[in-house]
Amino acid sequence: MTHRAARIGLLTPAALIGGTALAIAAHRPGLAGTAGPGFWLAAILAWLAATLAARDLAALEPGTATGRRLVRLAVPLLFGALVLVLWEVVVVGAGVPAVLMPPPSAVVARFATALPVLGADFVQTCLKSALPGYLIGCLSGLGVAILADRLPVLGRGLLPVANVASALPIVGIAPIMVMWFGFDWPSKAAVVAVMTFFPMLVQAGAGLAATGSIERDLMRTYAAGYWRTLLSLRLPMALPFLFTALKVNATLALIGAIVAEFFGTPIVGMGFRISIEAARLSLDMVWAEIALAALAGSAFYGLIALAERAATGWHPSVRTG
Amino acid sequence: MTREATFFSRGRALPVAGVVLALLAGWYLAALLGNWNGAADALARAGAAPDVRGIAAATMAQERPVVPAPHQVVSELWRSIVGMPLGSKRSLLTHAWVTLSATLAGFAIGSLLGIALAIAIVHLRSVEASLMPWIVASQTVPILAVAPIIIVALGAAGLTGLLPKAVIAAYLCFFPVTVGMVKGLNAPDRIQRDLMRTYSASRGQILARLRWPAALPYLFASLKIAVAASLVGTIVAELPTGAQAGLGARLLAGSYYGQTIQIWAALFAAAALSALLVQGIGLAEAATARALGARPAASAPRSAR
Repeated sequence: MTHRAARIGLLTPAALIGGTALAIAAHRPGLAGTAGPGFWLAAILAWLAATLAARDLAALEPGTATGRRLVRLAVPLLFGALVLVLWEVVVVGAGVPAVLMPPPSAVVARFATALPVLGADFVQTCLKSALPGYLIGCLSGLGVAILADRLPVLGRGLLPVANVASALPIVGIAPIMVMWFGFDWPSKAAVVAVMTFFPMLVQAGAGLAATGSIERDLMRTYAAGYWRTLLSLRLPMALPFLFTALKVNATLALIGAIVAEFFGTPIVGMGFRISIEAARLSLDMVWAEIALAALAGSAFYGLIALAERAATGWHPSVRTG
Repeated sequence: MTREATFFSRGRALPVAGVVLALLAGWYLAALLGNWNGAADALARAGAAPDVRGIAAATMAQERPVVPAPHQVVSELWRSIVGMPLGSKRSLLTHAWVTLSATLAGFAIGSLLGIALAIAIVHLRSVEASLMPWIVASQTVPILAVAPIIIVALGAAGLTGLLPKAVIAAYLCFFPVTVGMVKGLNAPDRIQRDLMRTYSASRGQILARLRWPAALPYLFASLKIAVAASLVGTIVAELPTGAQAGLGARLLAGSYYGQTIQIWAALFAAAALSALLVQGIGLAEAATARALGARPAASAPRSAR
C-alpha cells in the first residue's frame, strides 16, 4: 500500500510536469516540426508515467467517501490531460500542418479571441433553435404517450410505428423543414422537435406501463380516477424513463439544430460557422466551435442529470450510485 | 419468429394498419393544403379559370411541390430505382449502395472497437476508471455535427471516399455497443463465475464460455441501435463536403435545386435501408439463438441504454 502510494506520489507529478514541459518545449523554434528521437523518447516516457500513475490511482481504495470521489475524478482527469498533452506534443513536434489538425493551444487561443462570434452562434443554435424544439418535441411526445395510454387502440397502433420511426434517419427531414419554415431558427426547431418526439414517445409509453397492478389497485381502493392516478402514481413512476428520454434528446437536439444549419441559415449559428470555416480550412475556429458544442452538450446533459437526481431520489439506480 | 406470433396475436396488426392509413390520409391532406397556393398561382398564370376542383387536382401533380403527394414519391422511387440503369448517377440504387457500403464498413469497425473496449473495461480496472467517464462524455458531444470537419481533415490528408464516412459511422456506433457489452459481459452472476473458478478456468476461458454467451442478447440489442446510428452518421457525413454520391449527397442536391420529390424519395430510401439493416440484425440474432440452442422465449433486453 505505501509502496503504491509512493509510486503515485512520484509518477503523477512526474507525468504532469514532464508533459507540460514537453508541450512548452515543442513550441521552441528549434524543435517545432523537427523534433529528434530524444524528444519522442521523452514523450513516450511521460506517457508511460501517466499510464502507470493512472493504473495505480484506479487501484486505490480510500476509506472515506470524499477520497473515493477524488479518485473517481482524478483518474479520468489525468487521462484527459494526457490526451491533450500528447495531442499538443505530437502535432507541434511533428509539424503537422494546422490545416490538418490544430494543436489544442491554438484552439484555446482562438476560442478566447472569438468569444463574441461564438456567443452569437450559441444563442442562435442552442437557445433559439435547439431549446424550443426540444421543449415542443418532449412535451408533445409525452402528450401523445398519455393519449395513447388513454385510448389503448391508438397505443397498440402507434407504439410499433414509433419504435420503427425512432430508428429512422430523421435528420434527413432537415431540407424539407428548411423549405417549409425558412432559413431562420423555426425550421431548426421543427427538425429538433421531430427528432426528440419519438424517443420521448417510446420511453414515456414504457414508463406509463411500468406501474405494478398492486399500486394501481391501491389507487382504485382510494377511489382515485384516471387523472388522479396518472398524476400521483403513474407519472412519478415513469420519471426514470422520462429522464432517459430527456437525456438522449439533449444530445439529439444539438445535433439536429447544427445539422439543419447545413441546409441553409442566416449568417449566424454553429452549424453555419462549422461548414464555412471548414471550407476556408481555418480548422482552429472549427475546433473552437466543436469545443463550444461539447461544452454546451455536456452542460445540458449535466443539468438534466442533476434534475434527475433531485426528482427521482427514491429510485434504486440513483440511491446506490 | 415468436415475436411475429405475439405481434399478431395481441391484435396489433389492425391498429397499426389504422395508424398507417391515418398517416397516409394526413399526408394527402397536407399535400392538398400545402400546395394549394402554389397550384392556384400556377393555374392563374396559365390563364385557366381556377375552380376548386381544378386546383385540388393540380395540388397532387406539382412539379416542385411544397408537400409532394405520396403517389408522386412512390413513382419517383419507382423511376429512380427500376427505371434507371444500375450504376447510373441518377439511379437511387447506386446512391444507396454508396451509403450502404460506408455504413457497413463503419458498423464493422465501430462494433469491433466497441466489443474490444467492453472486454478491456470488464477485465482491467484502470481502463474502466480512466476511459468510462470519457466514453459517456463523448456521447454528450454532438459529434454528428462535427462530421464535415473530419471529412475535410481526412480529405486534406489524402483520405477520401469510403473511409472518412466509415470513421464517423464507427464513432457513432461504438458507444451503444460498448455500454451494452459491458452490461452483458457483467451479466453472469457471481455464483456462475465462482463455479467457473472452481473448474480452475482461466480469465480467457471464463470470457469465452461464460461471459460471451451471456452477453449475446445484449450484443444484438445494441447492434440494432448501432447499425441505425451508423446509417445516420454516414448520411450526415455525405452532406456538407460536396460528396458526389450517396443518399446524403442526394438530399443536399435536392435541397439546392428545390427538387422536393427527390428529397422525399431519398428519405424513404434511407428509411427502408435502416429498417432492412435492423431487420438483418434481428435475423442474425434469431439464427445465433437457434445455433446456440436457446429456448424461444428468451428474455432479451429491449434496449442497451
